[in-house]
Amino acid sequence: MPLVDEVLAGKRLALARLLSLIENDAPEGWAALDALYPRTGQAHLIGVTGAPGVGKSSLVNQIARALRRPQDGEPPRTVAIVAVDPTSPFSGGALLGDRVRMRDLSGDPGVFIRSMASRGALGGLAPTTAAVVQALDAAGFEVILIETVGAGQAEVEIARLAHTTIVVESPGGGDDIQAIKAGLLEIADLLVINKADRPGADLTERALRSMLELGYPHGHHRPEAWAVAEPPPGETWVPPILRTVATEGKGIAEVVQALHAHAAYLRATSRWHAREQARLKDILDHMLQAALLARWQASLPQGHYQEVVQRLLRRELSPHQALEALLNLSPFPSAETPRLIP
Amino acid sequence: MDQRKIRVLIAKPGLDGHDRGAKIVARALRDAGMEVIYTGLRQTPEMIAEAALQEDVDVVGLSILSGAHMTLVPRVLELLRANGQEHVLVFVGGIIPEEDVPALLAMGVKAVYGPGTPTQTIVEDIRRAVLEAQGSVA
Repeated sequence: MPLVDEVLAGKRLALARLLSLIENDAPEGWAALDALYPRTGQAHLIGVTGAPGVGKSSLVNQIARALRRPQDGEPPRTVAIVAVDPTSPFSGGALLGDRVRMRDLSGDPGVFIRSMASRGALGGLAPTTAAVVQALDAAGFEVILIETVGAGQAEVEIARLAHTTIVVESPGGGDDIQAIKAGLLEIADLLVINKADRPGADLTERALRSMLELGYPHGHHRPEAWAVAEPPPGETWVPPILRTVATEGKGIAEVVQALHAHAAYLRATSRWHAREQARLKDILDHMLQAALLARWQASLPQGHYQEVVQRLLRRELSPHQALEALLNLSPFPSAETPRLIP
Repeated sequence: MDQRKIRVLIAKPGLDGHDRGAKIVARALRDAGMEVIYTGLRQTPEMIAEAALQEDVDVVGLSILSGAHMTLVPRVLELLRANGQEHVLVFVGGIIPEEDVPALLAMGVKAVYGPGTPTQTIVEDIRRAVLEAQGSVA
């Protein structure tokens, strides 16, 4: 396949074209990815998430710079960046502005930046982000930084895509009750307080630290559903809390050090393998859900769905009854109906 | 399944610091359902061509108010071609003297927009041009 060969030969235009084909759900894109898949699994996938405006893009920019020009004797790494911004639910359009903060990286052939619109997906990523990351991995980028949309409390999907997740906070972001709520903070492998030169950084650090102290006497706090085995005692990774001023490059060396340390920890404790397994299973599950849903929708008689919605509106059916009515019409026998709707 | 969206890079080459026009156009294109990559102020032609390549855009919109368009635009076009992106449609907006417009169009610019152009005109022109370009490829 010429496209695959060109991508493997490092042709950047071919790579850019492939990413578009994948984003557009084009069959050539999937075929190329099928051929490239055996070459994936090399890159360190790093997620960067946090609320809008905390400085995710600036931090990504600085981390990439530090990885390209290491001061500490580490070899320079090639870096790909996938930056996701939200698609408007009204127009379907998007304004992708993350590159504005990444201008320092331009002109470096060891860096490839791609902006993605979320295209209707919730959870902070786009429907094809995982596939785009695979393509970049196969193309040979050693580190892939994945920046989510500005995330609130529930956009935790990045933790299932990345090996290492950085949660970025900034001073003034709420009290210690916010910090012990479920969600974003639970997925952090690194906690970064950006804009740490601003007032309130101490308070933020104290809140995060008290959250960690509550969570860590009992070991790691990742939900069991992610199939990540509990590490043996003494091998627990406690997320470091790091302070940065990304616009000035302060604290970045420590962040990069922690990223390398986390990768080393994952490999030394065989958790890298466990995460890979959880990650790939999750990617498969997502695709399966989408494909089953599409197949089932295609199998419905014309207008039937709309009719059920109307009956729902008239209060003739409850949502639960509507579900039964829809699934009974599908080609699956009702007794063992697969649960299509999570 | 056809999931194609028109991807547009909006860039400000050169040294002037006025990006209001570029932002208005970016916003209008977003509202028209396009995916707009906005790169910010003071971009060199090299930075613009590199971003256009990595983002695999259909369209590059250049906003220039500095008067340097006769230097900057040909350089961007040249770099796009050198990168194998001769199919990318280039539009120019800003303060462009009437007498320079024919030369820009002759270089390969699709259209030049002055102050006061309704955003709807730009949206429609881009849609039409992208459709035509896709038709000629298929």
